[in-house]
Amino acid sequence: MSQTTDLKETSYKPTSPNSKLDFASLWEYAAAPESAANVDIKDKYELFIGGKFVKPSKDRYFKSTNPATKEVITEFAEATQSDVDSAVKAARKAFKGEWSTISAKARGKYLFRIARMLQERSREFAILESMDGGKPIRESRDVDVPLAAAHFFYYAGWADKLDYAFPGKTPEPIGVCGQIIPWNFPLLMLAWKIAPALACGNTVVLKPAETTSLTALKFAELVKDAGIPDGVINIVTGAGLTGAEIVNHKDVDKIAFTGSTGVGKLIQKSIAGTDKKFTLELGGKGALIIFEDAAVDQAVEGIINAIFFNQGHVCCAGSRLLVQEGIADTVIQKLKDRMESLIVGDPLDKNTDIGAINSEEQFETINKYLSIGVEEGAEVYQSKCSIPDTGYFIRPTLFTEVSQSNRVVQEEIFGPVLTIQTFRTADEAIEKANNTPFGLAGGVWTDKGSKIFKVGSELRSGVVWANTYNKFDPTSPFGGYKESGVGREGGMHGLAAYVNLK
Amino acid sequence: MSTVDYSVSIPIDHVAVEERVARLNKRSIKKESKVQALKLALSMMDLTTLEGKDSEGKVIQLCQKAKTPYAAMPDLPSVAAVCVYPTMVRVAKDHVRGSGINVASVATAFPSGMAPLSVRIDDTKFAVDEGADEVDMVISRGAFLSGEYSKVFDEIAAIKEACGEAHLKVILETGELHTYENVRKASDIAMEAGGDFIKTSTGKISPAATQPVTLVMLEAIRDYYYKTGKMIGMKPAGGIRTAKQALQYLVLVKETLGAAWLTNEYFRFGASSLANDVLMQIVKQSNGHYQSPDYFSAD
Repeated sequence: MSQTTDLKETSYKPTSPNSKLDFASLWEYAAAPESAANVDIKDKYELFIGGKFVKPSKDRYFKSTNPATKEVITEFAEATQSDVDSAVKAARKAFKGEWSTISAKARGKYLFRIARMLQERSREFAILESMDGGKPIRESRDVDVPLAAAHFFYYAGWADKLDYAFPGKTPEPIGVCGQIIPWNFPLLMLAWKIAPALACGNTVVLKPAETTSLTALKFAELVKDAGIPDGVINIVTGAGLTGAEIVNHKDVDKIAFTGSTGVGKLIQKSIAGTDKKFTLELGGKGALIIFEDAAVDQAVEGIINAIFFNQGHVCCAGSRLLVQEGIADTVIQKLKDRMESLIVGDPLDKNTDIGAINSEEQFETINKYLSIGVEEGAEVYQSKCSIPDTGYFIRPTLFTEVSQSNRVVQEEIFGPVLTIQTFRTADEAIEKANNTPFGLAGGVWTDKGSKIFKVGSELRSGVVWANTYNKFDPTSPFGGYKESGVGREGGMHGLAAYVNLK
Repeated sequence: MSTVDYSVSIPIDHVAVEERVARLNKRSIKKESKVQALKLALSMMDLTTLEGKDSEGKVIQLCQKAKTPYAAMPDLPSVAAVCVYPTMVRVAKDHVRGSGINVASVATAFPSGMAPLSVRIDDTKFAVDEGADEVDMVISRGAFLSGEYSKVFDEIAAIKEACGEAHLKVILETGELHTYENVRKASDIAMEAGGDFIKTSTGKISPAATQPVTLVMLEAIRDYYYKTGKMIGMKPAGGIRTAKQALQYLVLVKETLGAAWLTNEYFRFGASSLANDVLMQIVKQSNGHYQSPDYFSAD
């Protein structure tokens, strides 16, 4: 786990010779931190198996740190083979037992109860999410937690209406689902996985990411309080090895994974030749296409939201800006000025726009890409905003003078780093946007409706946003083309991944 | 004559404008930062009385309030200006003399502007001759909406000339322009034609100032600054009644245009009842509890 070394952010241009406006004002916002005094964090968290918190068989624990302070906040149990085996057995027992005998309506009731309880405890979940993962409280409070609750509400509604989702066919649950989720939206990804699985009558063994397991264990407490039958939801913590035990377990019927494309490929290899079903939601390198007839000021706001939302730790982040040549200078100027007013700092401060990088590992990855960009000859621009002395923070960064062949343009950085290229015609923009192994999301900005449909339909990505970005709703399917994934989550489409159709 | 073709609109995405405002409204302004902003807001106020029943007595009371907003706290800043009808300029001028407070006067057949240009020019000259430091003019919304952009431009240029040394604030009356594209276009015309300030409203039409409209105007000011290097001021007027609203406006300015605009040289509030709410909040911040409204003068 992350030890507290004294890493410094690699800073390239801390001054902003090109920004025209000065945002350093005599009037600054006073600190407005959300109080963490009322949240309860245990010294140590066990595994949640069969409705009980149990010690890991090898009695091993790993530390979890707050990336904004590098302080250890708690310890999680490391699940090994026999723990995963007991979790799968508990899930199987529940699947064969109570969970398959209760009515669909009763399943829905349980999900509604979870949704309501998430809402009731939203403040606590938001604070924990920000402490454990580094995301600004504004996002965990306004996006992560409400959306997680919304997912449970949405799929609760489907539980007794599955026959209508698949007309002429009879949907049956798959069985035990192994679910592995990433560290960028811990609670939200848990909701994306658990809500549809349960609505369809499955039971789950879920593994949160090792750097962000806190809200999953808090959720386990909520599951107990909600009286969900034992074994329906099992949560095992650990790193990649624990994940591999789930993937390779013989009695797991389906694997749902969200994470990197590299691990996604490994999972596909591991389960080849088995009858396991799978859905994979992987990496991305989303393109933002801005035409010269766009509403420029609002487009700039869209770009800011596309790349700096959640420190850029978003699989569908818009990390490649393609701007039409006629407005390139204007857009870049405005972006630079806008970046100056972003507030980077304490994730628990209500005014923070960009929080801490999730982990030391990711901090190093982003810094590595910053050096790669510079070596590749890109022009780098960083906001001169102040950042805290401790913790993992990276300034919002732009790379201009880059081309399609650069690694910073091709590879997923998963941080607050945007590359900027120009284009002349719509065809050129589409070609550049599609020229990537990924295909998760993209954005188009133009005032012209017909152009939105033309360009949007030619982008080879699972999601296309028009004149906005990073908008999520439980009713809308989400997933990737190409190496960005297999299957869809969310909406009616998300149900298909959790049923066998007769 | 302007060289810009105003028949082409600059696209404004109203969904995104309102989203941006909603996000900025979530800024948490507390403690010393709040006190500082409240005092700043007070110093940016154009204390206004624009009623048919205005009398010398009323204007004199307003001037006293402008100089000493709250007698119990003599260290508070005075407001930026008092804003009155042209016939009241002389009285106002006499009663703010030496205080550093400006006298602003609405002119040009305020609030409708429905008078011949010559009358509006005379109205302006009268106000300036009486001693107005600032003139708040209204544009011809009818001409604007019927596409006579050059006419609107030329009228503003003519009023600017009539102003001489006085600062010109151009009231767009955004409540009658209806779309953000129109607000943007009117802002551009006003700045190009020589306005020193652009102002949302007369206060006689609803809706008066709104935050999304103000954001669109601030962005127009920013683009004009990028283009020419000239700083144009902004004045939302009408409908701003609470200290909380005032702080939200200051956040818009801070995060759109930056530090240079956070002075009363470039930002004003046109308001009549805002001052007392701001004062009440300042007192609350200093002693921890709210006073009765009766403690604040109603002028």
